[in-house]
Amino acid sequence: MTTAPEVTAAEIAKAVVGGKLSALDAIDAALTRIKQHDTILNSFTDVTAERARAKARAIDADIAAGKKVGPLAGVPFAVKNLFDVAGLPTRAGSKINRDRAPATRDSTLIERMEAAGAVLVGALNMGEYAYDFTGENVHDGPSRNPHDTTRMSGGSSGGSGSAVGGALVPIALGSDTNGSIRVPSSFCGIFGLKPTYGRLSRARSFPFVASLDHLGPFARSVADLALAYDVMQGPDADDAACTTRGVEPVTPLLAESISGLRVAIAGGYFQKNVFPEAVEAVGRVARALGATQVVDIPEAARARAAAYVITTTEGASLHLDRLRKRPNDFDPAVRDRLIAGAMVPAALVDRAQKFRRWYRAQLVEIFKSVDVLLAPATPCTAPKLGQVTFKLDGVELPVRANIGIHTQPISFIGLPVVAVPVPLEPMPIGVQIIAAPWREDIALRVAHALERMGVVSAPSPRGF
Amino acid sequence: MAEPLDDYIDALAKALALPIEEAWRPAIRANLDVSLRLARLVDKFALPDESEPAPVFTA
Repeated sequence: MTTAPEVTAAEIAKAVVGGKLSALDAIDAALTRIKQHDTILNSFTDVTAERARAKARAIDADIAAGKKVGPLAGVPFAVKNLFDVAGLPTRAGSKINRDRAPATRDSTLIERMEAAGAVLVGALNMGEYAYDFTGENVHDGPSRNPHDTTRMSGGSSGGSGSAVGGALVPIALGSDTNGSIRVPSSFCGIFGLKPTYGRLSRARSFPFVASLDHLGPFARSVADLALAYDVMQGPDADDAACTTRGVEPVTPLLAESISGLRVAIAGGYFQKNVFPEAVEAVGRVARALGATQVVDIPEAARARAAAYVITTTEGASLHLDRLRKRPNDFDPAVRDRLIAGAMVPAALVDRAQKFRRWYRAQLVEIFKSVDVLLAPATPCTAPKLGQVTFKLDGVELPVRANIGIHTQPISFIGLPVVAVPVPLEPMPIGVQIIAAPWREDIALRVAHALERMGVVSAPSPRGF
Repeated sequence: MAEPLDDYIDALAKALALPIEEAWRPAIRANLDVSLRLARLVDKFALPDESEPAPVFTA
C-alpha cells in the first residue's frame, strides 16, 4: 500500500483495517504533504499534528488488540475553521474570534467522524465569518486554487476546497449558507455534498445565518463523500434545526441503477448569466444522463434576492455587538455589508421568509414529476485572485456577489445537492445535482453513475 | 451634496448605536442600495395574508 497523494479515504481505511498500512503512517503521509505544499496553497490555518498522531496510535493499538475499528479508520480529514476543535479558539476566518477561549469540546461532526476512525489533522482557511464566495481572507491570506495558484479557491469554504483539490487530505468538512460548499467544489474540481437543511448537526460550529446554514463534506470521489456523510448522520439535540430522522445510509445504495430516475435541466434563470464553460459542463452531464427535458423553476431570481436579504440581515443580527465594539477588526468589506444589513427594515425580511415557504411549495410540486434537476454550480471557472468584476451576458458585474447566483436559489429552501466536477481544460467546473428534500441518496447515486461513466472526476492537482 | 440614503443611514446608525466612520459611508451606502433593491423585488411579490414565515425551515 502506497500513500500516494490521491489515494481515496476508502482505500486508506481498507489498507489500515487489512494491516497493510498503519494509521500512523497514513497520518504522517498527510502531515508531510501539508508541510510540503501548504506554504503555497495556504489552505490550513492550524495543523493538529500531535493530536492526530495520538489518535492514529490509538487506532493502531485497537487493530493490534483485535478490536473493531470504524469504516474511516486512519483516514486524515480537516475542517473549515468555524468548527469547534477542542483546544483551539474557533476563529471562523476572523481576527476578532481569535480572542475567544479555546473550544472545550469538538463539534458534533468531528466527534462522529472520529468515532468512525477518521483522524482530524487540522483546521482550514475560510472567508471571514463565511460571508464570502472567493476564498480570500484579509487576515490569513487567500487559500489558493490547486490547479492554478493565481486563481481563487472559491468560498467561503476555500481551504476545504483547496486542501481536497490539492490532495492534502481525502476528506474535508465545510459549511454552505448560500453556496459555500458548492462554489469551492466547482472551482477546485472536487465533489461536495450540501445535504438537506437540518440533515447534519451544526452543533458547536460558529453560525452565520441560522435559517440557511448547512454543514457537509468534500471529497475526491463519490464513495468517499457518501462514507463521510453516512457516519455524520443522525439526530442531535444540540442543534435545534437538526432532524429527528434516523440514519439513512447511502453507501449500500450507491451502485443501484439510475435508469428509472427522471432527470431534467433547470431552465430559465439557471441558463442565464453563464459563461460558455458552465453551459458545456451542464451539457456534458445532461447528455450522459440522457436528460432533455427543461424545467423552469418559477421565481428563482426572487428566491436569490430573498436569500440575499435574509443572509445580510441575520448576519447583521449575529454580529451587531461586534460591529459596535470592534468595527476596525473586521475585514472592511464584510463589515460594510453587515452594517448595511442591519439597516434593512424588518417587514421586508419577514416577507422574504414568507416568500421562502411559497417558493418551497413550487419546488415540491416540481419534484412530483422529476427526481433530479441539473444546474450550474458556478457561472464560470475560478476567477483570478483579486479579480473584482466579470462580464456576464454583456454586463460588467461584481465577481464577489455574483459567483453564487446559481447556488443561492437552491439552498434557500434547503434542497440536497451534490456538486460534481467536470474536468474541463484548463480549469474544472462543477454542476449541481439537485434532489428533493431528504433524497441525498438520489443525488449521490446519480453522481456515482456519472463518475463511473467518466463524465465527472477530480482532476490531479497541477498548480504547485 | 448628500446622497439620498445618507439621512436614513445616519438615523439607523443612531438607533442601533453603530459607530460609522465617514470613510466607510460610500461602501455602506452601496451595499444598502443593493439590499434594498433586492428586498423591494421580494416585496413586489403578492403573498396571501395567511402566509407563514419560515424562521426555522425544514425542507
